[in-house]
Amino acid sequence: MRTYAFLILLLCSISSISQNCDNTLSGTVTDLHDGSLLVGAILIVAGSEKAVQTDINGKFTISNLCNDTYSIQVSHPYCLAKGFTVKIAGNTTKNFKLEHHLEELNQVTVEGKAFSNKSKTILENTISKEELERFSSGTLGDALNSLSGVSSLNTGNTVIKPLINGLHSSRVVIINNGVRMEDQEWGAEHAPNVDINSVGNLTLIKGAGALQYSGDALGGVIIAEASKVPVKDSLYGKTLFTAASNGRGSSITSQLTKSYQSGWYGTVQGTLKRFGDFEAPDYVLSNTGIFERNASLLFGFNHFDYGIEGYYSFFKNEIGILRASHLGGAQDQIRAINSDRPLIINDFTYDIDAPKQDVTHHLARIKGFKRFDSFGKLSLQYDFQRNNRLEFDIRRGDDRDKASLDLELDTHTLLLDLDSDLTDEINLKTGLMARYQNNFADPNTGVRRLIPDYDKYDLGIYAIADYRWNDNLLLEAGGRFDYTYMDAFKFYRTSFWESRNYDELFPEIVVEELANQILTNPQLNFYNASATLGATYDFDDEYKLFFNYSLASRAPNPSELFSEGLHHSASRIELGDLRFNSEIGHKIALTFQRDNDVFGFSINPYINTINDFIIIEPTEIQQTVRGNFQVWEYRQTNAQLLGVDVDASYAFAKAFRFNHQFSFIKGYDRTRDEPLISIPAINTKNEVVYQNPDLKNLRLALQSEYVFRQNEFPDNNFEVFIPQTETMETVDVSTPPDAYHLLNFNSSIDFNINKKSKLTVGFSVANLFDTSYRNYLNRLRYYADDLGRNFLLNLKINY
Amino acid sequence: MRNLKFLATAIFATVLFVSCSNDDDTPEEVNEEEVITTLTVTLTPDGGGTPVTLQTRDLDGDGPDAPVITTGNLAAGVTYNGSIVLLNETETPAENITLEVEEEDDEHQFFYTIGGGLDVTTAYANFDGDGNPLGTQFTLTAGAVSSGTLTFTLRHEPMKPNTGLGDAGGETDIAASFNVMVQ
Repeated sequence: MRTYAFLILLLCSISSISQNCDNTLSGTVTDLHDGSLLVGAILIVAGSEKAVQTDINGKFTISNLCNDTYSIQVSHPYCLAKGFTVKIAGNTTKNFKLEHHLEELNQVTVEGKAFSNKSKTILENTISKEELERFSSGTLGDALNSLSGVSSLNTGNTVIKPLINGLHSSRVVIINNGVRMEDQEWGAEHAPNVDINSVGNLTLIKGAGALQYSGDALGGVIIAEASKVPVKDSLYGKTLFTAASNGRGSSITSQLTKSYQSGWYGTVQGTLKRFGDFEAPDYVLSNTGIFERNASLLFGFNHFDYGIEGYYSFFKNEIGILRASHLGGAQDQIRAINSDRPLIINDFTYDIDAPKQDVTHHLARIKGFKRFDSFGKLSLQYDFQRNNRLEFDIRRGDDRDKASLDLELDTHTLLLDLDSDLTDEINLKTGLMARYQNNFADPNTGVRRLIPDYDKYDLGIYAIADYRWNDNLLLEAGGRFDYTYMDAFKFYRTSFWESRNYDELFPEIVVEELANQILTNPQLNFYNASATLGATYDFDDEYKLFFNYSLASRAPNPSELFSEGLHHSASRIELGDLRFNSEIGHKIALTFQRDNDVFGFSINPYINTINDFIIIEPTEIQQTVRGNFQVWEYRQTNAQLLGVDVDASYAFAKAFRFNHQFSFIKGYDRTRDEPLISIPAINTKNEVVYQNPDLKNLRLALQSEYVFRQNEFPDNNFEVFIPQTETMETVDVSTPPDAYHLLNFNSSIDFNINKKSKLTVGFSVANLFDTSYRNYLNRLRYYADDLGRNFLLNLKINY
Repeated sequence: MRNLKFLATAIFATVLFVSCSNDDDTPEEVNEEEVITTLTVTLTPDGGGTPVTLQTRDLDGDGPDAPVITTGNLAAGVTYNGSIVLLNETETPAENITLEVEEEDDEHQFFYTIGGGLDVTTAYANFDGDGNPLGTQFTLTAGAVSSGTLTFTLRHEPMKPNTGLGDAGGETDIAASFNVMVQ
């Protein structure tokens, strides 16, 4: 104790000796988020009378300070006050950053500013929370479908896969709360495993420009984020209930958030969704029910310059696949296609039988960040995902209740990102990614593995810089490099192995030769470079021009490399190719935008040229004892997609608004000079909305959706012998269905229950006229019509 | 800050642990359990004689090799007792799938289609519990000298009773055609 006292005395004496009290402290106070100067911020030096205010340029000067350490409190009307410790040595310069309040209580949606831009030279399409809530009982794909340029590749009405500017599956990357979804997204009948109700903000970037997420998103990147939680003491939540006539089901979702002034926060959320068989206008779509259970937990600590956040989500979905779509072979296919009605129609039920999918997805993430004054914001993230996919087919005997596909995909990812403002004009984002993935295909299914067991290692590095040339022009450039190593164990049928000449091409990968199969160990390396270059020009406050070129490279996925055999759910034999290399896309996109509340629009033409594009298409008919099957083989070709997306919105009278959307796209195989398969038809959506904030925020909307017939398609028809009639019959799998027009009605009204709670009641009708139609992009269009009229009742309580 | 450091260490440790725990055992082979590689129809003349065998055999299942088809000729005016055997020969010993079909007789039915002027008639010889035809046993009567095709179709989960392939529905498990002559 005596030593301490002595030390203190000694220190005091030193400081008093070196006392020199005519130093000044000067600097600026800025907003932590966007770097804007804060005018009128007050700085108080603790323990003294000194207090100054920042001037119009955000600058301040405090004079007569000693060479000492001071506590300075900085406050601003729009910011939380914050204490800083400053060491003065001579005349010192110090810049302070304050954080703006995030006002998100009571569903005041903070758009744009609260979520930083993901790409600065591609127009981002966002779906607000309010809009997302209208899709509460639907899926992520349904919500995305409401954006121009986005369609969906459907398997029935419950498996909805987003299709961005004509591209889907592995070419569309989904980022869920900062985590790249690894949920066997390669399959056309695999929907994203994201609960739409856990999403607070949904952003779509058409194209691969957002290199911080990936370099292989030839189609685009979908970013789902949880709502930001304000740094203040509060407790709030919401519950949404939807009941729908079609499918005779409902969904309920609830969310509760608690936050503290200290920066701690937590959110729990859960969703339960259950529907029975859906109905087309004229019949029941047997075995199309759905049972979805999701939960998520978010917790963390958020401070000005450091924070930590943990997130866990559980997603489980059981989906029935239209019973009438399960076929034995080409002859069954003819019967099914030639019939106006599905061949199997049963009474309505909530039961989900085979064929069905049962998917479970776990996602856990932990992330920390720290802001360093000298070099920016450094974030470190680790995430783990486990995707278990079970597919049940119609089976015989003891295998009846056994899954025919049982895949478990585990992914670990580590991300290190640095976001730094080098100068006022230049921002640099850099980062590293390391990922390990393991796929395990359970052999107990008694069906040969569709996707083999493999280990995959990915390493990525990127840098993106943007430079504000002047008030009007912003330039952006970035590059990314990814290395992928895949180590697989694949059993080939000996007959296939030899027919492909693999015995001569890859003798070194053979591990073991069995009776009629060969075990191989392919070890593949892929080196992928991607880049982006763009500019944004502001003409004035309203008009903006975006230009972006992006280079994307994608390594072939396991399905494209290793498929070999009958894919029951598609009733076709699918063959991959071990020799594939990466596909490389060049996309040029231009957007002209007018941002105006009365009349705003955006026009977005693009051209996407893809070399070594991997497509699957029919090549021949194969005879088996079970009958004839069409063989679909993956091949690489040069493809080109071009199109234009148009959005416009016009407030033509008080409280009235007209919204317009138009998407046009063409896709060609340039090697064979023929159209590409599954390219969305031209479509347009037009909507009249009446919304009156003075009348309980009453909102009435009538939407018309017109989808043209796809006139350009490749001819994949084939002929098959029918013994009964002794004729060869054409199986028409190519001809797209006719154009269709749907009318949808949507309404909602708000009631204030008390000061803090609000009830929103919504009523809507989809397919108002109960129109029978089939959609070219629905894989089950051969067998049944799409959904008939659907009445929906929504109740939402905010508290 | 200390928390962050701890966390970073923990994360790296987890990743290392996971990467190292990967074992290099080769996966086990899967033989298709439900594939039918071989359909054999044995036609034994009523009252004795050399049986006629019709067979289609595709040992690589839905692999690229086409089935090997063996056919035979029938004698005019003779009635045959027919029996059908289905095998999965990718497994050793071969699995007799006929047993499963007969066990689930209410969910299966064989159909016999005669085409191209072949003069034969068929009749079911075995039935399911409800008295509807199953058809793994049948009788075939050869008429006058002729030639054409004889097709055997096995449907899974057909509508029963039915009037033939036209309204039976269900899924085709097997469709095997043979060129046959009546001499």
